[in-house]
Amino acid sequence: MSKYQTRKLINYFNLVASLVVTALGLFMLAWILSVLFSKGFQYINWAVFTQMTPPPGSAGGLLNAIFGTLVITFFAVLIGTPIGIMAGTYLSEFGGNSRFSSTVRFINDVLLSAPSIVVGVFVYTLIVEPQGHFSGWAGAIALAILVIPVVVRTTEDMLKLVPVQLREAAAALGAPRYTVTLSIVYKAALSGMITGVLLATARIMGETAPLLFTALNNQFWSSNMNEPIANMPVVIYQYALSPYEDWQNLAWAAALLITLSVLTMNIIARYTLKGSSSR
Amino acid sequence: MTTLDTTAPKVVKKTNNSGVLGDRIFKGTAFFFAAMVLVVLFGIMLLLLKEAWPTFAHFGFGFFYHSEWDVVNNQYGALVPIVGTLVTSLIAIVIGVPVSFGIAIFITLMAPNWMKRPVGIAIELLAAVPSIIYGMWGLFYFAPWFANSMQPIMTSTLGNVPLIGQFFQGPPIGVSIFTAGVVLAIMIIPFIASVMRDMFEVVPTALKESAYAMGSTTWEVVWKVILPYTKAGVIGGIMLGLGRALGETMAVAFVVGNSLELNTGLFYPGATIASTMANEFNEASGLHMSSLIALALILFIITFVVLSIAKWFLLRLEKVQEGSKT
Repeated sequence: MSKYQTRKLINYFNLVASLVVTALGLFMLAWILSVLFSKGFQYINWAVFTQMTPPPGSAGGLLNAIFGTLVITFFAVLIGTPIGIMAGTYLSEFGGNSRFSSTVRFINDVLLSAPSIVVGVFVYTLIVEPQGHFSGWAGAIALAILVIPVVVRTTEDMLKLVPVQLREAAAALGAPRYTVTLSIVYKAALSGMITGVLLATARIMGETAPLLFTALNNQFWSSNMNEPIANMPVVIYQYALSPYEDWQNLAWAAALLITLSVLTMNIIARYTLKGSSSR
Repeated sequence: MTTLDTTAPKVVKKTNNSGVLGDRIFKGTAFFFAAMVLVVLFGIMLLLLKEAWPTFAHFGFGFFYHSEWDVVNNQYGALVPIVGTLVTSLIAIVIGVPVSFGIAIFITLMAPNWMKRPVGIAIELLAAVPSIIYGMWGLFYFAPWFANSMQPIMTSTLGNVPLIGQFFQGPPIGVSIFTAGVVLAIMIIPFIASVMRDMFEVVPTALKESAYAMGSTTWEVVWKVILPYTKAGVIGGIMLGLGRALGETMAVAFVVGNSLELNTGLFYPGATIASTMANEFNEASGLHMSSLIALALILFIITFVVLSIAKWFLLRLEKVQEGSKT
């Protein structure tokens, strides 16, 4: 075989391999989603949305868990978003390339990928242990810590996209710095910032590990954030590994619901981001 | 900061007093919350260290290399979970990196334009699927399939190779260190692939076209032009994936088997730091709890180091690119 043919063969082989592994990746996504739909869809019925999580061996629903997840996520985003936006604003508008903001940027990127279970342990030692009981607030704070890095990152990136001339024009009209930021820069970067919050929400909605040590679970209806509160991820974890068929079926229904919400949010976020960047 | 304020013209203060005050408050608040990011990191480190201290004081350095984890006799050694964490992540990297590389090549160089975005998004959606879903799928679908079809083949072929043969042994139950590694590989592929894709896309067209004009095949362009140009970014992406794999909890807790015995066979059940914590934390107290927190601290430090290296490589590439632009 000539050298030219060998080169062509290697080229051909590697490109086919790339095609195959891409197909494999897409197949994995299809496999996971098809399992979720075929197992989860058949157990989704009216009772899932109207009844409480059942004791072992009897039918029931997920109402308290759905409510708990919504409440914990809501408070986590409520706590995490302002902190993230302000920190991101500092990095973009005031920090520049000072040593302090470089450090914050660096640490923030590390926290972005830090193991969520460690955050759970941290909040456990910080709040649950001194208080002596698990609570919804502890869960919300643990998730808020996961929200912050995502929002910091997207806020900084989006604010940096706003042209400097816009700031200068506003400043030339005599607007103080905070007015420039609040009513000019934020307005221009709004859709990007919302995307960041959406992505952060999608990320924490399915998080299980930090809630395991903080909010734990509650078989009954509870809207008291000072007590353990039911939530979808921990319900999925406990029910999927239980020996009871009713519980396992509910776990599949919950898994489908949570995945659908997370994926929908991700797609919406991507769509808004695409819209804002092409404008 | 203060020097700037004192040298500011007095006229400004008179005419726009509220503006200056508002600016100070605004900047101060922003600074406060930016500093909070640092406080969170050091808070995690310090609090975990404080809670883990009894363990380090009790077992000393032996905590890192003793393999017994005996709750009944209150003896704790972290060797098995540490090795489990490293081995599962290593398997994930060995499988995940070539696959991510192939996906990045496909998206940047092979796919027609209408296909690039949908395929890219589909791969990235793999990253959005919650980790617990991977756990359920892994335990109820992937592990049984793997135990029945792949594992016998691997044991009868790779298992007979001298030296590495001993690694491919184990009972056909599906939950094992190896299964956990494969599931982790699927989970980190989107992270590595998207970093690689972003890197490949910024390679200057002139460079690629020059290589093509010299008669290079597509693969040679990838291997000899694109990869050397983006080396730092690619390594950064791989380290980022590694950082994710090390700390992944729920998926691993489902499929790793949660056995704290040391085995050379990869098909035996095992444990990682994160899976051990997920399993035992809520029943633990005293020294047991402290040992689990010590595990958490070890995990946090390992991932911190890995992610710092990742960040360092990615920053270096950014600088190189900024330099080449000017």
